[in-house]
Formats: sequence, C-alpha cells, structure tokens
Amino acid sequence: MTVHELAEALHLETIVEADGKRKIDGCYIGDLLSWVMGRAQSGNVWITIMSNINIVAVASLADVSCIILAEGVTVEENVRAVAEAKGVNLLASERTAYELAASLKDLIE
Amino acid sequence: MSEAVVTLHFSVDGEDFTSAGQASVQVKKSLRQLGISPEIIRKVSIAMYEGEINMVIHAGGGEADVLIYEDHIEIRLDDHGPGIANIEMAMQEGWSTAPDNIRSLGFGAGMGLPNMKRYTDEMKINSVLGEGTHIVMKVNL
Repeated sequence: MTVHELAEALHLETIVEADGKRKIDGCYIGDLLSWVMGRAQSGNVWITIMSNINIVAVASLADVSCIILAEGVTVEENVRAVAEAKGVNLLASERTAYELAASLKDLIE
Repeated sequence: MSEAVVTLHFSVDGEDFTSAGQASVQVKKSLRQLGISPEIIRKVSIAMYEGEINMVIHAGGGEADVLIYEDHIEIRLDDHGPGIANIEMAMQEGWSTAPDNIRSLGFGAGMGLPNMKRYTDEMKINSVLGEGTHIVMKVNL
C-alpha cells in the first residue's frame, strides 16, 4: 500500500504529499524523537502528537514512509515548508494513535 | 590507513535548536549521491543527528566531520562543552541530564549516545570535564 492510498483509506488530511507512491511497511508510534530514531524501521508509518520542526529531520533520517499527526495536532507553516523541502510525507487526523494504528492493521495485514 | 575518498565538514550552531539536523541531512544527501546503500545511510545519518543534537543541547555547538573511506565511514564530533562526568552512566538508555525545555521538544530521553552506539560498528568517547567531548564513530561499508 502506498502513502497516497493510506491517506485515502483512513481519510487523513494531507498536509504534504512529497512522495505519495512511497510504500508503507509497518508502523511505529512514539513522541520521544530518539526512541523513534532508535526503534522505527525504514518504511514505517510514524504516528505521533509531537509537532515541532524536528519531526521532519527525524522522519527523513529514520526513513519512515510518512508522519501521521494524531488527535488533531496541527503544525506551523515552517514545519509544512521544511517537510515539503525535505520530501517528507506529512498527514494528520483527528483520531487517536490507537484508533489510527488499529485501522492501519486492518488495512495492511 | 588509506586516505579518505570524501571529507565533509560542518559547524554545528549551538544557538539554533530548530536548525539542528542540517548537517545530518546534508550528509544523507551526499552519501546518496555517492551511491551508498540506504541502510548504511540510515545508520550514519541517525548517529550523526544524535551527536549534533547532543552538541546543541549540552555543549553550545561544535564541529562535525564525516570522512568516507573505501571500506568505512568515520564520523568525528568535537565540542568544547562541559564534558561528560560519567560516560558509563551516559551510555545507559534512559539516563539524561537534558533540561525540561529540551524534553518538551521530544529530546532528552536518554537515547542519544545509546543510539549512536546502536547504529555504528565502533564508537570511542573521549571527554574531559570543563574541556569538551570528542567522539569518533565508524560504520563499516
């Protein structure tokens, strides 16, 4: 499944679609950035409520397929701009991380 | 030892927390242009980013060098910060001296040095209290 297909299937808000054709592979949930870098796998969907600018660098370096901001978290314009510049897919939802992950499991397993 | 094929040098700005990671992202780009495998790029750039963040949080910035050899990549981090009082403790997951404002940004979880070790094949820390910290990490190609 691609990031674009995921966004459609889960009715996510697309903030930045830098590479909609990127394949998704598994999921990691976390807000502590070093935990994410230590534990998330390449291609994972990363669900978080952390919204500061550093999430873009972490997503890029950890090579996750996309970020989903859960629980209606919003980002400032500079975060959106940097995500676009760095080619990071950035999505958002009103739903909780648990709800998103449960729906994701139904989709990919 | 043979000469490095490519060397990259970065000054890490200790004032600007929001731009931390620029050096790592640049390294990622350079390694990709050199045709290095994605898994190696991931290891090197995460290890470097953790080092960069550490220098911003604890040392007011520093210098980072990446040397690419035929069979390995070496990352050198140098700062003139306060030094690490107990390296053994600092290497334990979850142990951190980061202040609360840093934690609220999602850092300071005590995973920085452990991640650097996790993603590299060799890591040496040389730290002197009041003088600074020098770290050398190697990732085999």
